[in-house]
Amino acid sequence: MATEKRTHFPSAWLPYVLVAPQLAITLVFFMWPAGQAMWQSVLLQNAFGTNTQFVWFDNFRDLFADPRYLASFKTTAEFSLLVAVSGMGIGLVLAACCDYLLRAATVYQTLVIWPYAVAPAVAAVLWSFIFNPSLGLVTYVLRAWFGYDWNYLLYSGQAMILVVIASTWRQISYNFLFFLAGLQSIPRSLTEAAAIDGAGPVKRFATIAFPLLSPTSFFLLVVNVVYAFFETFGVIDAATEGGPMQSTQILVYKVYRDGFKGLDISGSAAQSVILMVIVIALTVIQFRYIERRVEY
Amino acid sequence: MIEHRPGLNFFCHALLITAIVVILFPVWFTFVASTHTAERMREVPLPLWPGGELWQNVVAVLRHGVAGASTAPVGRMMVNSLIMALSIAIGKIIISIISAYAIVYFRFRLRMLFFWMIFITLMLPVEVRIFPTYKVVSELHMVDSYQGLVLPLIASATATFLFRQFFLTIPDSLMEAAWMDGAGPMRFFWDVVLPLSRTNIAALFVILFIYGWNQYLWPLLITTQESMYTVVIGIKRMIPGGDASVDWNLVMTTAMLAMLPPALVVILMQKWFVKGLIEQEK
Repeated sequence: MATEKRTHFPSAWLPYVLVAPQLAITLVFFMWPAGQAMWQSVLLQNAFGTNTQFVWFDNFRDLFADPRYLASFKTTAEFSLLVAVSGMGIGLVLAACCDYLLRAATVYQTLVIWPYAVAPAVAAVLWSFIFNPSLGLVTYVLRAWFGYDWNYLLYSGQAMILVVIASTWRQISYNFLFFLAGLQSIPRSLTEAAAIDGAGPVKRFATIAFPLLSPTSFFLLVVNVVYAFFETFGVIDAATEGGPMQSTQILVYKVYRDGFKGLDISGSAAQSVILMVIVIALTVIQFRYIERRVEY
Repeated sequence: MIEHRPGLNFFCHALLITAIVVILFPVWFTFVASTHTAERMREVPLPLWPGGELWQNVVAVLRHGVAGASTAPVGRMMVNSLIMALSIAIGKIIISIISAYAIVYFRFRLRMLFFWMIFITLMLPVEVRIFPTYKVVSELHMVDSYQGLVLPLIASATATFLFRQFFLTIPDSLMEAAWMDGAGPMRFFWDVVLPLSRTNIAALFVILFIYGWNQYLWPLLITTQESMYTVVIGIKRMIPGGDASVDWNLVMTTAMLAMLPPALVVILMQKWFVKGLIEQEK
């Protein structure tokens, strides 16, 4: 596809007027704050903002020497891996079933996709009610039938399970839709040829559909990691507030906690800068991959 | 279906139905909770079948909020959420469509610089620039205002790219013909480009409405008065620590109300929703 128009409208001022609103917002609410975060990350400021010093990269050194920050990194990695893998796994299986059935697909599709509309924070409220330590239905079943003590406010492993379930629930819809679109774009002739050659549905899925879905899977992996890193703030805040004992404190939640509750402005700024680096890396990965796909 | 395999057919149906039951269960449970009295919702095991209190709960929540949790009426929060979601969706669409139009149909100095600046916003989600953005907004005296809720979220690289991509597929001859007939750039925008973009706008609207309605972190920071809470924030404020003294029937009624508008948008505009989501990949 062309990336340029053959001819352009001649106007000296109109294009500037048209981009002005987007640019103004970008400068005031994106560029300036991002610059501020970078600047503050190399300063040391006390909680009242009365005394400020330039300290080079001390804030970053302190962060990486802080076991709680490293623990938060590990928590984030675990959490996003679990969310991405379970969400994509379930999405793929459901999409494969739906694709195989063809006829009933639309009904199932409607029923599967709509949790995407539910806010992450609301999803967290729903699931933490089901898993509520004193009232929850699952808690009741686990206790009465299996004698298992469920209390996600006390046990860190259980808290992690809860936030993973609440975050994945919503994301299944998204993964499902993309996998279904991917499966449906596979040429019928390929599948039919394989069927004539005697390949059964499972073999066809493993040898044709699965490899052809790899670009979709890669795209979804990036999207799911981004989701788990940044958009799950609401889930964590509404379900566990990072607890118990910081076992569900993902990086984004820690930036917020340290900045707004702990008033550690320089530490929080340094964490923001690290997060920026992570987003930039993820975006670059995503766009390089898309460029490569266009060449096909 | 290429061959007839009743076994596999049955397996697929069974798996999908099980999955859907599990996926829908939290919503059913929420709905059931919103139809009982507060007393019933304190007895274990909790009910699995609806009671008859739905209407009372809805009215109580919309008018008075949840007693004891010191929150504004949920009706007010719903209005705030609606204003926020609509402003974000419409604002993003307008801002992005005109900047994409400028980038595609004009050649001007700094064009590439502007393009890259818009691109970089992709890499700066609110979550990454929380504190400094909050500072900017408070210095502009926009805490507890709709402008403060909406403006910092309203720039959109994704939407701009989507429109740019689409404009590039509009044949050049259309523009040349319009130009020969004496139509200026704005005339061409209104009479040709905008009507052609209708489906893209609809698809984006669905996605952006959901995005706006579901915002959490930003309204949490920027609203300090209860009358400015959005409904998603309001729910969280109703369950301090999640202890048993919470009126779960009312909290869950609020959750139902909070889910309803975006869920309706997805279900009623499913075609646009799917299109909007899938387009983002490109």
